[in-house]
Amino acid sequence: MSLELQNIVKRVGADTHIYETSLKLEPRSFNVLLGTTLAGKTTLMQLIAGIQKPTSGKIFFKGRDVTGAAVQKRNVSMVYQQFINYPNFNVYDNIASPLRVAGMEAVEIERRVGKAAELLRLGPMLKRKPSELSGGQQQRTAIARALVKDSDIILLDEPLANLDYKLREELRDELPKLFADRDAIVVYATTEPNEALLFGGNTATMHEGHITQFGPTSSTYRKPHDLLTAQVFSEPPMNTAKVEKRGNQLTIFGNQKWPIGQAGSKLPDGNYMIGVRPYNVSPNKDGKALGSFDAEVLVTEISGSESVIHTRIDNSTWISQSHGIHALPLGSQAKLYVDIDQAMFFDANNRLVS
Amino acid sequence: MKNLSRYVPVLYVTFLMIPIYWLLNMSFKTTNEILGGFTLYPHNFTLASYQTILTDPSWYSGYINSIEYVVINTVISVAVALPAAYAFSRYRFLGDKHLFFWLLSNRMAPPAVFALPVFQLYSQIGLFDTPWAVALSHTLFNIPLAVWILEGFMSGVPKELDETAYVDGYSFPRFFFRIFIPTIAAGIGVACFFCFMFSWVELLLAKTLTSVAAKPIAAIMTKTASASGYQLGLLAAAGALTLIPGAVVIYFVRNYIAKGFALGRV
Repeated sequence: MSLELQNIVKRVGADTHIYETSLKLEPRSFNVLLGTTLAGKTTLMQLIAGIQKPTSGKIFFKGRDVTGAAVQKRNVSMVYQQFINYPNFNVYDNIASPLRVAGMEAVEIERRVGKAAELLRLGPMLKRKPSELSGGQQQRTAIARALVKDSDIILLDEPLANLDYKLREELRDELPKLFADRDAIVVYATTEPNEALLFGGNTATMHEGHITQFGPTSSTYRKPHDLLTAQVFSEPPMNTAKVEKRGNQLTIFGNQKWPIGQAGSKLPDGNYMIGVRPYNVSPNKDGKALGSFDAEVLVTEISGSESVIHTRIDNSTWISQSHGIHALPLGSQAKLYVDIDQAMFFDANNRLVS
Repeated sequence: MKNLSRYVPVLYVTFLMIPIYWLLNMSFKTTNEILGGFTLYPHNFTLASYQTILTDPSWYSGYINSIEYVVINTVISVAVALPAAYAFSRYRFLGDKHLFFWLLSNRMAPPAVFALPVFQLYSQIGLFDTPWAVALSHTLFNIPLAVWILEGFMSGVPKELDETAYVDGYSFPRFFFRIFIPTIAAGIGVACFFCFMFSWVELLLAKTLTSVAAKPIAAIMTKTASASGYQLGLLAAAGALTLIPGAVVIYFVRNYIAKGFALGRV
């Protein structure tokens, strides 16, 4: 039941939307496509669904070549970011529509729609038209329609992006449970690294039409192969700077000296790119191997118990994400401490070396 | 000043209603009264004019002819415009923008330009003096209009709806007729309305392309004198009846027209 993309390329006119990509999705797996807007997530999903055909390359499902197969023959479900429902059908008919098209018996349709509606708490809304529902209910209807048939592949294209915060949280908690006991490959596209971490499963990080890395979510997060993956998979964005390693010392921001820390201790001397996640930068001196720097505060975002401080140092922006309220005035100088043990080192080709 | 803001619209509407009132006024008078002097309301109230129109085939056949070609025209125009508008809204093809503009440019020519060639052509192929002649000649103006209106409504429907339907297993025809057409029903209503309107009020082509058998009501109505002299009451009654279909159609599409405006079309 695995799905395999082999050397898929998608070009539209002079633009390449997907560069040569190979990807193998295991049966019963939850896969996250993580990347910014225009990274190619939607295109990749449409290629999997069969809505678009690849310019070259092949797609195999259960070992069978389905590259040329029509969408209707692929047994996939798809949920879009926009709340897409059939406006002339009520909620019941919307959910029932894929089953009706497949020619299922009325009794079975009723049983399945009832179950899906119950799962997504749409019971009281079945007689309403989509236009009479809230955004959250509309998206639940779309998800119910995707669940109601036994799809081999379920594609979710940023399904939560257009929902407001509370609803997003709520549905985000429910989604993995809905798909947990399904014999299907689930592909979930998102722009938010935190969503990928929350769902677990596998993550493919995407950047400008390339899949930069694919693997179990936690290892993709902790051990990105290259700088690009680390950057895609970091929110707030990862802090980077050029460093020079000499013995037990790092030279950063031109002239600052930092201890080497555990991560880089085994590296040969030379020039590297250092990557530090924002939560390893703090105005509190509580880490172990500490580097520090003085920077100008650009913006401070305080959300409840957490502070995100944007600073400018040596013509680049470094971001600190820490517990506690640090209301630093705009334009002031702040001293920030870096947990170098947790830093990542990349070589001249931006490959992770430590 | 406060009162003025209330009176201005009242005055304006009254002003607009004067010709219609005068038409109705005349239609209930005898021709003698109309020609006899200035009367604000019918002194000798009569329904004779209406009776004549509804019983005399030379009058009521005009309505039947008109309705016939208007309906044929509306059906053809919208049926042809639906797939065309879908193509313009969903696909990018070579020269699509130019083609779209060219379609619209058909509306820029006055109907008089087409009167002669169409008359000559239809005479040769035996279409002259049939409802089809008028219906077909009106499609020249109505198809571009319908394509333009429908394209606006169709582009308002996200293409993800099409994709969702295919993913759910719908074939294209099934999706188009079961989901897409109901979704843009308002647009189809608006397009029908405009096709109806143009075809119903257009006089030049309708008059040129018919003689006896398919003569439209507008042509009958505008002949001021007949064998029996001036029949102004009759003409006024015919005019009043001609307003009715338009009013009925407007009543049905009044809510959709606003939607059409909101979508930047119409």
